[in-house]
Amino acid sequence: MPHDHADHLSPSGHPYRADNDGPLSYWQSMEIAIREILIDKGVTTPAEIQAQIDAMDARSPADGARVVARAWVDPEFRARLLADASAASREMGYDIGALRLIAVENTDRVHNMIVCTLCSCYPRNLLGLPPDWYKTRAYRSRAVREPRAVLAEFGVRLGDDVTVRVHDSTADMRYIVLPARPANTADMDEEALARLVTRDSMIGTGLPKSPAP
Amino acid sequence: MKMRVKAMFPPGHVRTPFYLRGKTGVVERTLGSFPNPEALAYGHKAEDQTLYRLRFTMAEIWGAAAENPDDTLDAEIYAHWLEPA
Repeated sequence: MPHDHADHLSPSGHPYRADNDGPLSYWQSMEIAIREILIDKGVTTPAEIQAQIDAMDARSPADGARVVARAWVDPEFRARLLADASAASREMGYDIGALRLIAVENTDRVHNMIVCTLCSCYPRNLLGLPPDWYKTRAYRSRAVREPRAVLAEFGVRLGDDVTVRVHDSTADMRYIVLPARPANTADMDEEALARLVTRDSMIGTGLPKSPAP
Repeated sequence: MKMRVKAMFPPGHVRTPFYLRGKTGVVERTLGSFPNPEALAYGHKAEDQTLYRLRFTMAEIWGAAAENPDDTLDAEIYAHWLEPA
């Protein structure tokens, strides 16, 4: 009986997700109502809405990784990125809309880490949707209170000679960390370098991968 | 330039984190003018406010309980929330 989940566990041992049979919340109903009115009035179309969703889903940390790799190989681009990360991202062809981006650079003496304690502000137009943990109350409250303990849980242990700079995205700016280029990458090209740049290294909760020996 | 975040506690949509109220930081950079989100959130006419990026030490924010006193926190604070320190 394949549809009788008597034990409520999938073959991989995880519980099945419950069907979303509950009633719509107030705000879900409001969103549907406003969307339908905008379509009825000809302000937008279902195709435009779907295209926008597709565009949002197509954005990924790979976009940011290419920006980081360019900064690693091109000192003039790095300077432009640190001066105006929005302009530098557009220069590489990324349509980041109205995003106002600030890049903060990791060095051997400074480690940067991004959080939004108020909600979930994230450079979505460059990196795509944030990871679920980024929006949790645990990350949002602990990142500003005990960032080194949080970093250690992510596997990043910093010495006392490194200053941690936490950036709380409280208003109109969004942030991306420019991680330090890993050692032993002098012979790697931009494309190979981009593959070392992880999402978490651009949030500051991780470091770039090391090249395969 | 040193600035103190006003220790005020108005109700409603506010983008100044509670944990920074009354704390003093240095201006890391000035970001330009933006419509005041406290009015924008309610559909009111929103006056432009200068937005500053302030840098605080963890010692200033958390006192003796700071995990590492010399680590820092940067946050964006609107001008009407700031006073000279």
